Amino acid sequence: MPRVSLWFVRASLVYLALGFTLGAALLANKGVAVGPAVWRLLPLHIEASLVGWVLQLVMGVAYWIFPRFGMTPAQRGREGLAWLAFWLLNAGLWGVGLAGFTGSPGGVATLGRVAEAGAAVVMAVNIWARARASGLSPM
Amino acid sequence: MPPITRWHVKLSLLYLLAGLGLGIAQAMGGGGVLFASYVHLLVVGWITQMIFGVAYWMFPRFSKERPRGSSQLAVVAFALLNLGLLLRVVVEPLQTRHPESGLGGLLLVSAVAQWLAGLAFVLNTWPRVKER
Repeated sequence: MPRVSLWFVRASLVYLALGFTLGAALLANKGVAVGPAVWRLLPLHIEASLVGWVLQLVMGVAYWIFPRFGMTPAQRGREGLAWLAFWLLNAGLWGVGLAGFTGSPGGVATLGRVAEAGAAVVMAVNIWARARASGLSPM
Repeated sequence: MPPITRWHVKLSLLYLLAGLGLGIAQAMGGGGVLFASYVHLLVVGWITQMIFGVAYWMFPRFSKERPRGSSQLAVVAFALLNLGLLLRVVVEPLQTRHPESGLGGLLLVSAVAQWLAGLAFVLNTWPRVKER
């Protein structure tokens, strides 16, 4: 697994733990009401679970496991672009999640969404040519 | 494919069908009371469960002796994830419609079960995420 995929996957596991923790607090609050303030966790729960856990894991595993161009690690495409996608995705999800949590003006959330979309575009461009019929197995 | 992966994958496909079915029920007038169950059937029951199963099967080996880490932790994650999700899907709409029903404690059980399932999966998977 290349280093950037290791970061994607480990980060996704951290967000799984965070998303499940926030989700458990929200669900428990439905059963045994603690207070309405718990509902402020919902945007963070959604971002951590959908973007931080699922999307991040998919990006990391796709970069690792899609057919490669050759035998060297560099032949997975440009690793620098994969790192750019990683940082854009994580900056974006915190922007969106914290904007929802703090009730900040929509500009922060919009910037966060733009960063997330940018991460998706960068990753798609980088692995586009690797989505093909045959290739070398992942290492 | 190890047995626990087969269980994860088959249940994830059933949850996908159930989630889409609940989506139809909502569209036919089931109302917002089903929305949280619908979302979690898809995100926890289908996507997360599929990832749990496939990651346990395909991620890099933990060691020669225990290539997939702890099989006990994997079973714990599987059992608690499904216990918690099923409890939620059944109890949450009832609790929302009838808050006086006294079922709230079961939602607490569901929350703890799913949380522990997530932690069990993370603990078992983390050492298998490595560069080579």
